[in-house]
Amino acid sequence: MIVRILGEGQLVLDKEALVELNKLDNELMAAVEAGQQEPFESAMEALLGKVRELGTPLPVEELKPSDFILPAAHSSLDEVRDLLSSDGLIPG
Amino acid sequence: MADGVMKRMSLIFKSKANKALDKYEDPRETLDYSYQKQMELLQKVRRGVADVATSRKRVELQMKKLQQESDKLEGQARKALELGREDLAREALTRRANIVTQITDLNSQYESLQGQEENLVRQSKQLESKVEAFRTQKETIKATYTAAQAQAQIGEAFSGISEEMGDVGMAIQRAQDKTAQLQARASAVDELMASGALDDPTGLSKDDITRQLESLSSGGAVDDQLAQMKQELSGGEKKALESGSGTSYAGKTDEISDADVLKDGGAA
Repeated sequence: MIVRILGEGQLVLDKEALVELNKLDNELMAAVEAGQQEPFESAMEALLGKVRELGTPLPVEELKPSDFILPAAHSSLDEVRDLLSSDGLIPG
Repeated sequence: MADGVMKRMSLIFKSKANKALDKYEDPRETLDYSYQKQMELLQKVRRGVADVATSRKRVELQMKKLQQESDKLEGQARKALELGREDLAREALTRRANIVTQITDLNSQYESLQGQEENLVRQSKQLESKVEAFRTQKETIKATYTAAQAQAQIGEAFSGISEEMGDVGMAIQRAQDKTAQLQARASAVDELMASGALDDPTGLSKDDITRQLESLSSGGAVDDQLAQMKQELSGGEKKALESGSGTSYAGKTDEISDADVLKDGGAA
């Protein structure tokens, strides 16, 4: 499966990684919904770190849509909330 | 709404790509139109990266100006102390501390902007490669279009590229927001300078510390000249001077040497 970290590129991961990623992702989602800064920051770091650790970059000449997309590192809580609440932030 | 962040975000990106894809009856049209659009976007991205670099350089100049100002205030404080004006020295150092705070603040923002810019350059190069890949792929897909799987290929390639475009577009937006913030900060400093709260580094208008130091120094120069005149007079027309004032100028010698120091300080 392919995961994109915005601003960094696409990474290829084994499907098995999903279990672990989902767990971290749920923590992130909870922190976003609760609007808690510190848990949000550590959850972002944990999730992005795991993706980088387990993934290998997709070659640039390959054109594939990602199965999952993650916000850019150091995104603010507000930015992530905007990303999730509308598609207004993503230029066509 | 059980989906996490990863899934939701990919759905948002996908729905954008699908909307664009749905506009055309023949997907092959989409490929050509999309490639044209990509080239336009690539131009925009390149311009965006260049704009960020320009703004970054402007902020850099602004920071240099502030550094010069800080150095100048330090020199003024030293001069004021030499002149025995601790009050002026304190004032100069207080202003300097203010500027140093601003420099530190701008500096950390500047560094993060630099990081964003490097990332943008890397991303835009990557985007170029992807656009090139899209161009090759679209010709292949068009040649084999009779196959039903072409439809799926088109979808993949198109989603892939539009995702890449969206990503780069967002990165540019973020960098531009950042430069706008820094620019606002820099022009706030400009306004402070214009209002005289900070010195104008062009040297066209003098701040009050400089004015006071100069008047002290020019006061010293006048004393200096007076002393010289007195010395000349004391040689030839000593009597006239003595009868004129009745008081001795002998006690002034110390002040005269002080005045010399003032004058040197003022010229520096």
